[in-house]
Amino acid sequence: MVAEENLRVVRSGGSKLNFRRAVFSADSKYLFCVSGDFVKVYSTATEECIYVLQGHSNLVTGIQLNPQNHLQLYSCSLDGTIKLWDFIDGILIKTFVVGCKLYAFFASVHLEDSVFIIVNKEIPDGFQLASLKLPKSPSQEVEAKELSFVLDYISQSPKCTAFGREGQYVVAARDLYMSVYFFKKKKTFRFSLPSGNKKNCNNIFTCIACHPKEDCIASGHQDGRIRLWRNFNDNKNYTYTSLHWHHDVVMDLAFSIEGTSLLSGGRESVLVEWRGGIEKNKEFLPRLGGTIEHISASPGGDLFCTCHSDNKIMIIHRNLEVSAIIQGLVKDSVVNTGLMIDPRTKALVMNGKPGHLQFYSLQNDKQLYNLDIVQQEYVNDPGLVHIELMKAAFSSQGNWLATVEQRHEKEAELELQMKLWEFNEQQQGFILNTRINMPHEDHVTALCFSDTENSETPTLVTTSKDGHFKVWILTNDSDIYKQAMGWTCDFVGSYHNYQATNCCFSEDESLLAVSFEEIITIWDSATWELKCTFCHRPGKIKNLCFGRQTCSKYLLGTTEKSFLCCWNLLTCALEWSVQLSVIVLEPDPNSDNIAAMSWSSGGSDLFVFKPSEPRPLCIQKSMCREKVQCAVFVPRDVPESFISEDYQWLNKSQFYFLNESQDLMTFSTKSPEEKLTPSSKQLIAEESLPTTPFYFLMGKHRKQQETNEIMENELIYHPSAEDIPAISELLQTPAHVLPSASFLCSMFVNSLLISKGTKSAEEIPDDIEMESGKATDDSDEENDISEKVQKATNDTVIEDEIIPQLSKTQERELRKLRKVDYSWMCSL
Amino acid sequence: MGEFKVHRVRFFNYVPVGIRCMAYNHQSNRLAVSRSDGTVEIYNLAANSFQEKFFPGHEGRSTEAMCWAKGQRLFSAGLNGDIIEYDLEKLSVKYSVDGFGGPIWSMAADPSGSYLAIGCEDGSVKLFHVAPDKIQLERTLERQKGRILSLSWHPSGTHIAVGSIDYVAVLDVKSGSTTQKMLMDRRHPGPHRRRCVVWGVAFLSDGTVVSTDSAGMVQFWDSETGTLMQTHPLSNSDVLSIAVAEKEDSMVVGTAEGTIFHFQLIASRTDGKQSQWVRTKPFQHHTHDVRCVAHSPTALISGGVDAHLVIRPLMEKVEVKNYDAALRKITFPHRRLISCAKKMQLLLFQFPQRLELWRLGATEAAGKNEDILPLSRNAEHLLQLKKKGPENICCSCISPCGSWIAYSTASRFYLYRMNYENNSVSIKRVSKVPKLLNSALQILFSADSTKLFVASNQGSLHVIQLSEGSLKHLHTFSPQSGTSEATTLLAASPDGSWLAAAGPSNGVSVYDLKHLKPHCTVPAYNFPVTALAIAPGTNNLVIAHADQQVFEFSIPQKQYTDWSRKVQKQGLHYLWLERDTPITHITFHPQKPTHILLHDTYMFCIIDKSMPLPDDKTPLFNQLSLREASENVRRRHAHAFKISKKFQPLLFMDLLDEGTLVAVERPLEDIVAQLPPPIKRKKFGT
Repeated sequence: MVAEENLRVVRSGGSKLNFRRAVFSADSKYLFCVSGDFVKVYSTATEECIYVLQGHSNLVTGIQLNPQNHLQLYSCSLDGTIKLWDFIDGILIKTFVVGCKLYAFFASVHLEDSVFIIVNKEIPDGFQLASLKLPKSPSQEVEAKELSFVLDYISQSPKCTAFGREGQYVVAARDLYMSVYFFKKKKTFRFSLPSGNKKNCNNIFTCIACHPKEDCIASGHQDGRIRLWRNFNDNKNYTYTSLHWHHDVVMDLAFSIEGTSLLSGGRESVLVEWRGGIEKNKEFLPRLGGTIEHISASPGGDLFCTCHSDNKIMIIHRNLEVSAIIQGLVKDSVVNTGLMIDPRTKALVMNGKPGHLQFYSLQNDKQLYNLDIVQQEYVNDPGLVHIELMKAAFSSQGNWLATVEQRHEKEAELELQMKLWEFNEQQQGFILNTRINMPHEDHVTALCFSDTENSETPTLVTTSKDGHFKVWILTNDSDIYKQAMGWTCDFVGSYHNYQATNCCFSEDESLLAVSFEEIITIWDSATWELKCTFCHRPGKIKNLCFGRQTCSKYLLGTTEKSFLCCWNLLTCALEWSVQLSVIVLEPDPNSDNIAAMSWSSGGSDLFVFKPSEPRPLCIQKSMCREKVQCAVFVPRDVPESFISEDYQWLNKSQFYFLNESQDLMTFSTKSPEEKLTPSSKQLIAEESLPTTPFYFLMGKHRKQQETNEIMENELIYHPSAEDIPAISELLQTPAHVLPSASFLCSMFVNSLLISKGTKSAEEIPDDIEMESGKATDDSDEENDISEKVQKATNDTVIEDEIIPQLSKTQERELRKLRKVDYSWMCSL
Repeated sequence: MGEFKVHRVRFFNYVPVGIRCMAYNHQSNRLAVSRSDGTVEIYNLAANSFQEKFFPGHEGRSTEAMCWAKGQRLFSAGLNGDIIEYDLEKLSVKYSVDGFGGPIWSMAADPSGSYLAIGCEDGSVKLFHVAPDKIQLERTLERQKGRILSLSWHPSGTHIAVGSIDYVAVLDVKSGSTTQKMLMDRRHPGPHRRRCVVWGVAFLSDGTVVSTDSAGMVQFWDSETGTLMQTHPLSNSDVLSIAVAEKEDSMVVGTAEGTIFHFQLIASRTDGKQSQWVRTKPFQHHTHDVRCVAHSPTALISGGVDAHLVIRPLMEKVEVKNYDAALRKITFPHRRLISCAKKMQLLLFQFPQRLELWRLGATEAAGKNEDILPLSRNAEHLLQLKKKGPENICCSCISPCGSWIAYSTASRFYLYRMNYENNSVSIKRVSKVPKLLNSALQILFSADSTKLFVASNQGSLHVIQLSEGSLKHLHTFSPQSGTSEATTLLAASPDGSWLAAAGPSNGVSVYDLKHLKPHCTVPAYNFPVTALAIAPGTNNLVIAHADQQVFEFSIPQKQYTDWSRKVQKQGLHYLWLERDTPITHITFHPQKPTHILLHDTYMFCIIDKSMPLPDDKTPLFNQLSLREASENVRRRHAHAFKISKKFQPLLFMDLLDEGTLVAVERPLEDIVAQLPPPIKRKKFGT
């Protein structure tokens, strides 16, 4: 089954959702957002991704509903094409090839047959707003080159361009200028603001929105001011009102659909609703978690949505209540913890929002939840030094989670805190068990758990730059008031006061390896005795791990001076060493393979090897251009069976890694088309209907009606229309891919015929005989069909009269057609 | 420019009095401003907002409302229950009429100007008919509950909207009955439930009533139905005042936080008929309550407790970017409050309630340029003279020899004889003052202190001979051809032969003191005179006008001098013409006849008539840059105007002797420190 293609590095979800404003469908059921080269369609009620519209070959830069048909969506991309999608079915309808990079897309109901794009010609920083005539042509791919420039020297960001009431004018702002172009008068007005060097004044435009009903433009500025411009069809009498609440840049503005309120957001992560354009009338939705990057309002007026810098889309109800959160992989922080796998949920765990651990489902490309580790409100101010989550580790069963957080302000003492979290079965979440202040005197460099089922107490080892490693065990902490278990320090070890840098338990957890700068020490985990030391001078030890399964007698380490060494624990001797500047050393928990990633100027290389074998299993040279930050093996739910030696290491686990530009990558052998048959595709739109009271009322009513109708028509229809596969397929297939009606007619008519249960069964043999007598060369399948036809002709007299008996040749032709139809249907 | 030793005087503790109410007259483009001590000032907005008329205050008179009626007639009403009409020619109170309704809180004239409506403490609105020489109570409209704090006429004159505590009522003028009563929302945003005081109402021609109240709201009501149409919450403190433009497309409100807000009537769609009132721009030029606002066709005018009169031009209404397009902040009076006895080094400070006499400090030290010299003798407060009676001091003067002090209130004239013995000062009132000296608008002593010139409010000029024992009335110059225009400025020639007098709108007349007859009049000029002086020796009269023009008129030749003609021909520098404040004092250098010394609030200037005049291309303020330049450059770039801006705000500057100047400054910070604390506002980031 598996096509043995080349191993390819592919992006694995988690792409940016907050690049552009999200767009609501006309009925507010769907939300579209650009996500890398794709457009994602989410259900606003269930937060589920319904479709991924893919077809662009570069970053998608703009999306908008087709104003002429609100079931279609335009998208434009840096690849120079505008695509028109049927988002209900996730089908590409048309592609318009423009041929230059498109930075934004606008369409207006009132300006038919032309759309507006932001393009860049000649000067690198000069962007123009151009109107583009979309040719009306039935073909799938159309060239559209009729560009005419509307406004010059505008901002690249689509936030700085907006279309006014009824498409009468277009506003674009850049730096300190705002230009308004009136389409009817073909006249441009230009307004400028003073550069404002005095006190906290920074008038640079950051975003523009137009009132949908009145001639009013709202502009957001760098210093947090919002200006409502009026009378802008006059160079002199123009006036503006300013609204000031934000203390930092106004990131985006949106008017509600009636224009009665204005929404604004910025780095304060507070959505502000200004009612009636009056400064004192404002409502807030605070603590949204991250900088608000974009705001959009649904055409129905019932929903708003905000895109946040932490890769999150929040759908907000009209009364400023968050109704849904679509959370992507949070990527805007430094990944201190590295990548981990939660043994319970098999979710990817890493730093998320500041002070949080995020649990991210790789299968669904969706964040499962955030665990607030620091438990402190994050204040978004660049001057502040926050508590950072530095290290985290799961016990092997996932019962325990250890986290280390630190706050290190310059010239101040280091604040360290270690927290141990227990998984609570009832609450299905981690609950803080023990908090240890200053577990070490200096930075904690590594921590690992030993928690096999046979060991009586779970053990945690932490190493620190203060030269110690500490062993923490779970002890009974009960007193007369309560039964409790807590963690206490059991053993403190050190080696010549060297800084402890890494620690690692062997697979059976009888041995603990701790590296002290250049030296690796092996300790007996039962007695905490130093067993032996290894050293490979010069160079400090960077990574350390034990071999797994058949190779558990090996200990692997990498040094700063680019050596990968393998020691045999039985002989206590260096088995082999290789000069390789390894950045990431990651053992596969389900096999004895170990992955090492190295980096040279050409890019990152991957080596997969067994410690016992000198020859690597797989070498992937320059698999990615950037440096790899961290990597992890994720156990597969269903083991694959790659035959090729090159991929065998991927049989039991999948390999994910994160590069420096924070892209989550993985290896895939499948072609992209294959990869993309997500289970979600089967989600039918109808199912995501919200169960509102109205639905209960009307839905029930409709169902009743249906049953009534069925009751009435029982004599005619035996099965309901939905039960007949032909009809349901006919109804569920998009209209534009169906063959012409004449093809379908007979099939449809046939499907309406009633088969006569047992009674007809007796007659069948005769019919077959008859049929076979007439046409022996027909295939079985055809027989099957014809049988029905015969049935129909024989059974009812009336039918006979309506449908004239077909001649044999006609009949055969019809059958052939039917045959074609059916096979096509089956494939669907 | 020359080097001077400067007495930098900062002990003039003058605090301008807060502005209480304003009335703008569209016809004459004049603004009447009343301060909380009852002083009324009239500013001519056409003449660079020069304060051309001034009525001294009165203790028992607190003005609450002012209005113009019948064109140019000015009325005020106050808490003493009287309505006062001012005589704008003689600069005195014409008459006062009791309103018979207790304290009067508000007053407005109907659109035709023939009726005055007053809102009284007892809740009644009374209509007064404005007759040519008096006003007469005509009727009382339906009495309301609570004092009438504000009222406004409908532009058709048929209805009056009145604002009281917690409600706005609309009264029908014809029937006198209440047609509509709109109750204010009493759910106060503040911590405790206060009553909602309607501080201002405005009745628009479409029947909309706009109210401003103590809850910080500006509300738009439909007077037909009594419904609230629009609410603009503006501030957490009171909105105290409102003024609507004559065209009713713009209005301004002032709040207790010192902010004024501009409202504009803006079409919501360019093509549509519908338009709405939109709050557009806030202006924060005040630190304290804005008690009153006015709306001229091109500017928003506001005044308040911090005593600044701010004229904020509306940029969109200004046709040409000129002097009028600049923001004006008038803090100090445009008249002299200080007189100086040069030889004795005495300064007489005039306050509304008192006079103070100071002797300047002295120093023996000498120093370089910009050095601060140590004082060997500190400045000395010699005397404080409190006014008698309820009336405020109108004008004062000290004789050049320092032995006479004269001052006047609106109804009485006082003259004192000073005696300096060693270090003590004794003062004696001269009791035998000629009967006709009952009040004065301007007082001047001759240079040799032998004559006293008094401009009375009847328009006449009295000349009095001063001698040790008694006063002798020498002559009275009556106003020409029956006009009774008051004289507000006087200047006598140092040789004692000429006297020049100027009023707010009549020209400058010159009188011959030797023969006690009128000599000539200076050709009329459109702008009022702000300062006058006669040069020693040449007897040239130097006149400064409100439009910043300076003329030199030769009295003996009865014509403008050549230099003056040259200045007029070439025109003054544009920066000179764009200056903000009028010239309030002119003096001369006794040794350098070509020099004219003059100053306004922000600069001190020596005009050297022998130097070439600057054109618009040369920098006007080049003194500092020239100081470092080489001799050649200096010679090339030097021009007639030598300006120093070192002393600001400058209230008075005079030459004591050849090398000594006295400069009286009044730093704004010192004034602010004496004001009550402003409303505390939470400022973000503090």
